[in-house]
Amino acid sequence: MNLHTLTALELRSRLDRGSVKPQDILADLRGRYEAVEKKVMAFARPPSFEYRDGAAAGALKGIPVVIKDNICSQGDLTECCSKILKGFVAPYDATVVERLKKSGASIMGKANMDEFAFGSSCETSCFHPTRNPWNLDCVPGGSSGGSCACVVADEAIVALGSDTGGSIRQPASLCGVVGMKPTYGRVSRYGLVAFASSLDQIGPITKDVRDNALVLGVIAGHDDRDATSAHMDVPDYLAEMEKDIRGLRVAIPREYFVEGMDADVRQAMMEAKAKLESLGARFGEVRLPHTDYAVAVYYIIATAEASSNLARFDGVQYGLRQTGGSKDESALVGMYKETRDKGFGAEAKRRLILGTYVLSSGYYDAYYLRASRVRRLIREDFDKVFKEYDVVLTPTSPTPAFRIGEKMDNPLSMYLSDIYTISVNLAGVPAISVPCGFTGSGLPVGMQLIGRPFGETDLYRAAFHYEQGTSWHKQKPKL
Amino acid sequence: MKYEPVIGLEVHVQLKTATKAFCGCANVFGSKENSNICPVCLGLPGSLPVLNEKALKAALKVALALGCQVRSFTKFDRKNYYYPDLPKNFQISQYDMPFSEHGSLDISLEDGTKHIRIKRVHLEEDAGKLIHPEEGADSLVDYNRAGTPLLEIVSEPDLHSPDEAYAYLTDLKLILQYLDISDCDMEKGSLRCDANVSLRPAGTTGLGVKSELKNMNSFRAVRLALDYEIRRQEAELGDGRLVVQETRLWNEKKQMTLPMRSKEEAHDYRYFPEPDLPPFVISASEIEEARQGLPELPKEKRGRFVASFGFSDKDAATLTAAKSLADFFEACLKLYDNPKKIAHWLIGPVSFQMNSRGQDIAGLRLSPAFLTELIDLVETGKISQLAGKEVLQEMLESGKPAAKIVEEENLAQVSDAGSLSAVIEEVIAANKKSVDDFKAGKENAVMFLVGQVMRLSRGKANPKTAREMLIERLKA
Repeated sequence: MNLHTLTALELRSRLDRGSVKPQDILADLRGRYEAVEKKVMAFARPPSFEYRDGAAAGALKGIPVVIKDNICSQGDLTECCSKILKGFVAPYDATVVERLKKSGASIMGKANMDEFAFGSSCETSCFHPTRNPWNLDCVPGGSSGGSCACVVADEAIVALGSDTGGSIRQPASLCGVVGMKPTYGRVSRYGLVAFASSLDQIGPITKDVRDNALVLGVIAGHDDRDATSAHMDVPDYLAEMEKDIRGLRVAIPREYFVEGMDADVRQAMMEAKAKLESLGARFGEVRLPHTDYAVAVYYIIATAEASSNLARFDGVQYGLRQTGGSKDESALVGMYKETRDKGFGAEAKRRLILGTYVLSSGYYDAYYLRASRVRRLIREDFDKVFKEYDVVLTPTSPTPAFRIGEKMDNPLSMYLSDIYTISVNLAGVPAISVPCGFTGSGLPVGMQLIGRPFGETDLYRAAFHYEQGTSWHKQKPKL
Repeated sequence: MKYEPVIGLEVHVQLKTATKAFCGCANVFGSKENSNICPVCLGLPGSLPVLNEKALKAALKVALALGCQVRSFTKFDRKNYYYPDLPKNFQISQYDMPFSEHGSLDISLEDGTKHIRIKRVHLEEDAGKLIHPEEGADSLVDYNRAGTPLLEIVSEPDLHSPDEAYAYLTDLKLILQYLDISDCDMEKGSLRCDANVSLRPAGTTGLGVKSELKNMNSFRAVRLALDYEIRRQEAELGDGRLVVQETRLWNEKKQMTLPMRSKEEAHDYRYFPEPDLPPFVISASEIEEARQGLPELPKEKRGRFVASFGFSDKDAATLTAAKSLADFFEACLKLYDNPKKIAHWLIGPVSFQMNSRGQDIAGLRLSPAFLTELIDLVETGKISQLAGKEVLQEMLESGKPAAKIVEEENLAQVSDAGSLSAVIEEVIAANKKSVDDFKAGKENAVMFLVGQVMRLSRGKANPKTAREMLIERLKA
């Protein structure tokens, strides 16, 4: 059997009929893992193919799920692909994991990622870089590169990622899978190791739109343990997305279609627009005038929050502890310095130093405070657009997958690969990346649909009907 | 030159909510190390804080009792610094938008009251505790205290002497105790105080360079540390030197303040809004609800005791100086309608017993029912005042009711002449000088003889009867 190539919903019907057992799925996944993992290297560490049958029976009963290495699952290593969390076994389940387990899913293992989600290529993992299954010399994107690569390589049925500035959508685009960054507050962050608390969201990474809606339906909803989670009912995404998109108002922001965009990406976007029009969507051009500031604002706010969130990794309670230091400092200061020096990689250090700087006395007003104000303007740009439109269409990434090593020495060009995704996190709105074509060299291209707050239903509707009319998502890399 | 001290106090008080400020762990003192902990108060990766509404309610009470303005829109901030007792290496606190500010406290001094402005009251979380065992080089951390709700109450620099600072602390503590939101026990660390002090030439209004004093473990230590620091700064200025702005620690053994190592205080806290706790609104109805829930505060209670019962200011102050005592008084009043007698007993014999036993009223084996029964026995003449004190003493020892003690100890007052005459004869025989004095016209000498009758009868004699019998006998 080739159960590993199926979607969760396809497996669901086979499981329900009794023609397939959960163990069969895991056996096929094991076979696939053994065949391709040494090429893809999507996992942070070897997963478990043992079936852990929970008593719960729900929408995901018997479906194995891969989660990103920054999501806590009780009794499992959760290291954020960082040396500083070496050996950290989470003593509790993240809310999303709790909900997955309650719906009958089993947690299969943890996917590789950029260290603490700092990166757009999966190259900053302390373990190994993950490779793009479509071209093993290329990156899968990041930071949820492992989650996206294992789904498109059929090493997983569905996966969870986290998205702070594009970390679900950009790798989904580069790998040719469906990735959703929900509205800020839609999914509980409890148990997600924080990068930037005001931007982080967990979301599903799947082979098609249906599975995505299925998984979001399971993990979304208010959580008393997360004060930023919204008191909003979770719609029946699977049912709602069946409604056609005739009359759906789609905006194209002028600022997103300028120089720097890859020609193949531009071409794929034009075709996607034509397809959506043929399905009854109505298009118009809009302005998002503060787009130019998004990258700068993001790298101030995200690094500021990260510098504080990651201060706890100090060698005291868990993870790596190094001793040392010079003669004129205390053993305590020596431990702090050595632990953090040995524990964090170069990109993490860059961001922590930047974040510490922008919060420092005398610089706070010029950087953090000003960035917070511009962030509000970016949010207001979207508010205005959503008064007249239901959805905004943009590319997910300005380029397809780039070569491993290509951007590691140039952080700024790496940061610019999130130029289309960052504003979405700053505004707190939802967005989905859906496969919409391939470049001449056979690399996937994704389109991004952005919705109003809690407008995930609109996104799934548009994405689902688009997907029904195309076959991009059905193409598989040759491994 | 003559200098005037300028003092501002920062008081930290732990709120005694059932659970911690941002998680569901029990908020108790004295548990086994690291037994009241969870991923949230340990700051484990992925954990998130959620505000305990009860802590906010308790905080609101304090703000309103101190006459503060409550901000309708407020937020938490992160105060970033590294220390092993701080699990996240930041403290959730409030920086530029404290939930309340601009209050005041009228403090009681020898020569009247003084109005002290309160700058702000804000809510934050406490840190854990470092333990340095005598053996071994390692330090240990107990995180039970981490996440305990903590109020910071900051005064304006309106205090001008160590005595005023002491009075401020005493009166503030009394209010906090009346609100029943904290144990206010400095020894257990549920109440802590830092002081800022500077000097300025008397008669001027500017502010001098201040030092910040820490590590005072009692109100007395605050007063001593301020005393020392004022003298130290006077000497510095008097010798033509400048006061250096620094943090100094009170050293209880040496009875002096010593500078903290400058490295330890070079902090840039990098405050920024806590992104895990959205800014929130305190509604007018929440404020009103807290206001309705305020108990009668010490000042009001004192005023009422003076107005309703005709007590002196001093007696009213004594009775209200501990909420437990004031409550006890009022409980007695419900059982026995004689406020003056109850006050007399509480301020006199009962306070004597509290002091000699180092207990407050709750620590004594005494209920309002027992005390009022005893007062009634005295007032109805069943036992003498002197015997009453003895019964009180015995009551606190044995926990028996007054009537039973009187019966067992045979303390009932003796008023019949037959029983008393033998004692009177004995006293007259033994105190010839007083008898002569009386006979020589010194009528007051009879009081001494009455006292002797009381003593010999173990307080059982009715003093009035004894006096009448003595006079009759001596004039005969």
